[in-house]
Amino acid sequence: MASQNSPKYNRQVAVIAYAQTPYVRSERRRNEVEMLMPVIAEAVEKSGLPRQEIGFTCSGSSDYIAGQAFSFVGAVDALGAWPPIRESHVEMDGAWALYEAWIKIQTGEVDSALCFCFGRSSMGDPAETMILQLDPYTLAPLGPDAISLAALQARALLDSGRYTSVDLAEVAARSRRNARSNPDAQLVGDLAGEDLLDEPYLVSPLHRYDCPPISDGAAAIVIAAAEVARRVCSRPIWIRGIDHRIEPHQPGARDLTRSPSTRLAAEKAGASDGRIDVAELHAPFTPQELILRDELRLAGDVRINPSGGALAANPLMVAGLARIGEATREIAAGRAQRALAHATSGPCLQQNLVCVLEAD
Amino acid sequence: MTDANAAGEILTAQHVMEYPYRRSLGPVLSAFFTGLRDRTILGARTRDGRVLVPPAEYDPETGEATGDLVEVGPAGTVTSWAWVHEPRDVHPLDRPFAFALVRLDGADSALLHTVVVDDKAGMRTGMRVEPRWRDETEGRIQDIECFVPEAGVA
Repeated sequence: MASQNSPKYNRQVAVIAYAQTPYVRSERRRNEVEMLMPVIAEAVEKSGLPRQEIGFTCSGSSDYIAGQAFSFVGAVDALGAWPPIRESHVEMDGAWALYEAWIKIQTGEVDSALCFCFGRSSMGDPAETMILQLDPYTLAPLGPDAISLAALQARALLDSGRYTSVDLAEVAARSRRNARSNPDAQLVGDLAGEDLLDEPYLVSPLHRYDCPPISDGAAAIVIAAAEVARRVCSRPIWIRGIDHRIEPHQPGARDLTRSPSTRLAAEKAGASDGRIDVAELHAPFTPQELILRDELRLAGDVRINPSGGALAANPLMVAGLARIGEATREIAAGRAQRALAHATSGPCLQQNLVCVLEAD
Repeated sequence: MTDANAAGEILTAQHVMEYPYRRSLGPVLSAFFTGLRDRTILGARTRDGRVLVPPAEYDPETGEATGDLVEVGPAGTVTSWAWVHEPRDVHPLDRPFAFALVRLDGADSALLHTVVVDDKAGMRTGMRVEPRWRDETEGRIQDIECFVPEAGVA
């Protein structure tokens, strides 16, 4: 059952339901609330918990994507918040909303929580929107868009000699290939490894295929403490460990070819306490997957991103929680017993969250 | 709306969004940007002797307050670079250029900035570069117009 060396928490917490939209290039017909309503309804129904019994709600989204201050408040309309609910929000990926909810359950204040997230990245140019997260004095005035920053990281990794451009292309090809079996994925298909290198660069050394698509989507997850999870769920998926760590903001203040924060988060989450069958890694750019794999010391037979990952669909503020959700789907389908899910935030893998999930 | 559109009678009004307040940059970044105005580049020395550029009030590794500000560069070495084939409107240059991490002489961390050379073939990791200052400096990161290959270096 439980890995003996798992981090010791006050309460065991399980994922009892997950739902997501199909991810698309541009959701034109529905606004955020209309995207969220069916996803939240599906997650709540699957959880087996009456909505009124869910103790806490936490969402993850960014006003900079919606282009409107306090846009997340509007999303509460998708919840049906009457009688009043206890609710919170992070201006981050939904994976961190899950983390806040998990902490809330650890405190004993609540026994269950609904987390949801949404991102209509197509409302703007996401690579430029992400400039707004940078230091406003030394970085943002120069306009280093997300693709250019990822290209700096890619160059550093190629210069290190650990990987070549062929390795990057293979990450892209495998992601698109895996995405064929994911009905919710956006970019699906066959990319032939070495031929790709002849394609033009977007920002050298990154080709377009090294970069994520622009995606719209939403996701929701329900978690519960063991006593509730056992009561309502026939096959709870346990959060054996969850941890997140951060590195300096300045991209020139750290070694971009490494991710010590990922390594530390994995260690604290007890990732190495047992065999990992599947890893869902939030790596929007191909070199980032290679960096994460090295830091996590994943064995060669670990299946990486069977969902296709963020290279197949990258709704901002959703793609991290989607890694956790997709990992639970692998476990629920019986294709994995124990899985690692990872989410990232900030430029060039600045902040990283690792979540270890396991079936009974 | 549709009718007005068809009739070509869409009304427009200018709306300027602004934040009508000023903020202090604090003791360290104020000194850094004042230095840029005077065409010098300052780094912050950490307790264990490393020099951070841009400077920070606290050492991100240890959380300890940094100490003296020291002049670095102005020349330095490119530690990584990305070639922008098609500049965006938000970019500071309207011709192909490189974003680069530049470790200035005397510094232990690298400054993000731009490098201008004739074409991508002119870029390589390890190349020596120096700042090209704007004619008028104002105490902004853009006071350095860009970095260019160091004079006298092939």
